[in-house]
Amino acid sequence: MIGFILKRLLVALPTLLAVLTIVFLFVRVAPGDPAMVILGDSASQEALEALRQQLGLNKPLWAQYVDFMLMVLSGDLGKSMLTSRPILQEVAEVLPYTVELTVASLTIGVVVGVPLGIVSAKQRNGWFDYFARVISLVGLSFPAFVSAVLMLLIFAIELRWFPVISSAALDDPEARLRALALPAFNLGLIMLAYVTRVTRSSMLGVMSEDYIRTARAKGVPGRMVVWRHALRNALIPVVTVVGLYLGVLIGNSVLTEIVFNRPGLGKLIVGALNQRDYTMLQGLMVIYAFIIVLCNLLTDMTYGLIDPRVKRQ
Amino acid sequence: MSTVHLSTRQPGALALFWSRARRNKGTAIGLVLVLVMVASAILAPWIAPHDPLEQDIIARLEPPSDTYLLGTDPYGRDILSRILWGGRVSLFVSTSAVLIAMVVGSAIGILAGYIGGKFDRVTMACMDVLLSFPSLIMGLLVVAMLGPSIVNLILAIGLTAVAPFARIARAPTLVIKEREFVEAGRAMGFSHGRIMGIHILPNVASEVMVMASLWLATAIRTEASLSFIGLGVRPPTPTWGSMIREGFENILDAPWLSIFPSIAILIVMLGLNLLGDGLRDATDPRLRHE
Repeated sequence: MIGFILKRLLVALPTLLAVLTIVFLFVRVAPGDPAMVILGDSASQEALEALRQQLGLNKPLWAQYVDFMLMVLSGDLGKSMLTSRPILQEVAEVLPYTVELTVASLTIGVVVGVPLGIVSAKQRNGWFDYFARVISLVGLSFPAFVSAVLMLLIFAIELRWFPVISSAALDDPEARLRALALPAFNLGLIMLAYVTRVTRSSMLGVMSEDYIRTARAKGVPGRMVVWRHALRNALIPVVTVVGLYLGVLIGNSVLTEIVFNRPGLGKLIVGALNQRDYTMLQGLMVIYAFIIVLCNLLTDMTYGLIDPRVKRQ
Repeated sequence: MSTVHLSTRQPGALALFWSRARRNKGTAIGLVLVLVMVASAILAPWIAPHDPLEQDIIARLEPPSDTYLLGTDPYGRDILSRILWGGRVSLFVSTSAVLIAMVVGSAIGILAGYIGGKFDRVTMACMDVLLSFPSLIMGLLVVAMLGPSIVNLILAIGLTAVAPFARIARAPTLVIKEREFVEAGRAMGFSHGRIMGIHILPNVASEVMVMASLWLATAIRTEASLSFIGLGVRPPTPTWGSMIREGFENILDAPWLSIFPSIAILIVMLGLNLLGDGLRDATDPRLRHE
């Protein structure tokens, strides 16, 4: 297993390099002068020149690329242009909230979605199957911010079950959990929709395999067939989808954080966009690049856990 | 020699789709919802009861009434008219973005599959990296760097969808380029461009089209999300995302402000998802004989 993990890590490095290069290219090669964007159209020539100097925009592209990579490698992402605090520190302060939200919604999605998909596949075209399919269709159709606004309206404003603003009293564990509930449920619904769908179709595929028929023929009880023989094989595409949609989840957490006014990467990124905090944006993109590569790595490792064939390759 | 025609088409996905759509209630409902949306967006200038930009200071934040069927916003503008006009913007931006992604992505995919070797590996590795970026984060980044305008929005959303199209176009190309009719074309001295454009493209087209229908929903969602964040088409042009944003800011006084555009988005997404599912089922060989 350790050898497998090391090998995966080795493969992840070039990916990380490529993602970082894309971030660099996005930020630098985009038409328009960042200095102009930051200072506005009416800035004087001297001010523009000074800022370009400060940001290192006068150097040739390859030198900027080397600077950028060295900066990332040294673990220093620079300072926010707005607050002049280290970007890493600002990120570290809010990252737990985003991670908490993502993990909670991922858990909701998998814990509810997988059984829903299994039962749905077992009772194919029955009333439960239709119910589960409608739920997942609705989950797929809601853009995250739409469901968030509607949930806020129903559960926080009309029914008053949950706080309207999620960031209050975060030291108190109970209040923190209450504040997490609605946003996590909102994001969890999206994950649940994808997971239910894939589990259902994957189970349907596996259940028609020969080895399932063999298991049934030799008298394995139906419950065992489903949970031991079928599920383990059916889970492989589910892991792929969870890994793939982890990215969607991270994207949608931005919207959820805005609607529920939660601290997190999402609020940081929108704040940086509105304030034209160029260094902060670049730093956040680097953070996102790391998160994405990490997610892919975790997905690969989960494959190794579920499917022994992957490890041997 | 140029009069030789090689029939390379397989039974179309569209024909299969029609035969299935008539039997599948979900697909039919999806089709109707999408058609209603397209029609209302196209006909907005004629069917909208008010000018979407006309402000009525006296009728601010009015609840739904006979004059304003779905109420008014903080500037006294008619919500119904803004929803109808907003649909035009959403539809235009997302359709253009998907079309661009479809053309660029398929071209990359066919080229990579056809040329093969190192070019294929490097190109597809780039596509994988692009694919690993969440589309909303990438859209955010691109629009933030380019500045919000309709053209940049289309480019940003288009870019997020290039990689999936490249992938879906590459896979069948790998198979088709080994087939006899392509070899025959080569033997007759056809150019690579001609082989790719006339002999491979039609065989890839049906899968690309299904992908396009599925990505249209994603594109609409990304556009609405960017507008919601404030990176969409500039006000006062109505878009669903920015309307929900305005409604969200007045959610305590006037909940209908965010509810009605939300319902509009929901209907469109439901329609496109139902339709996309139907299309996919029609082209999935495993489901054909169900």
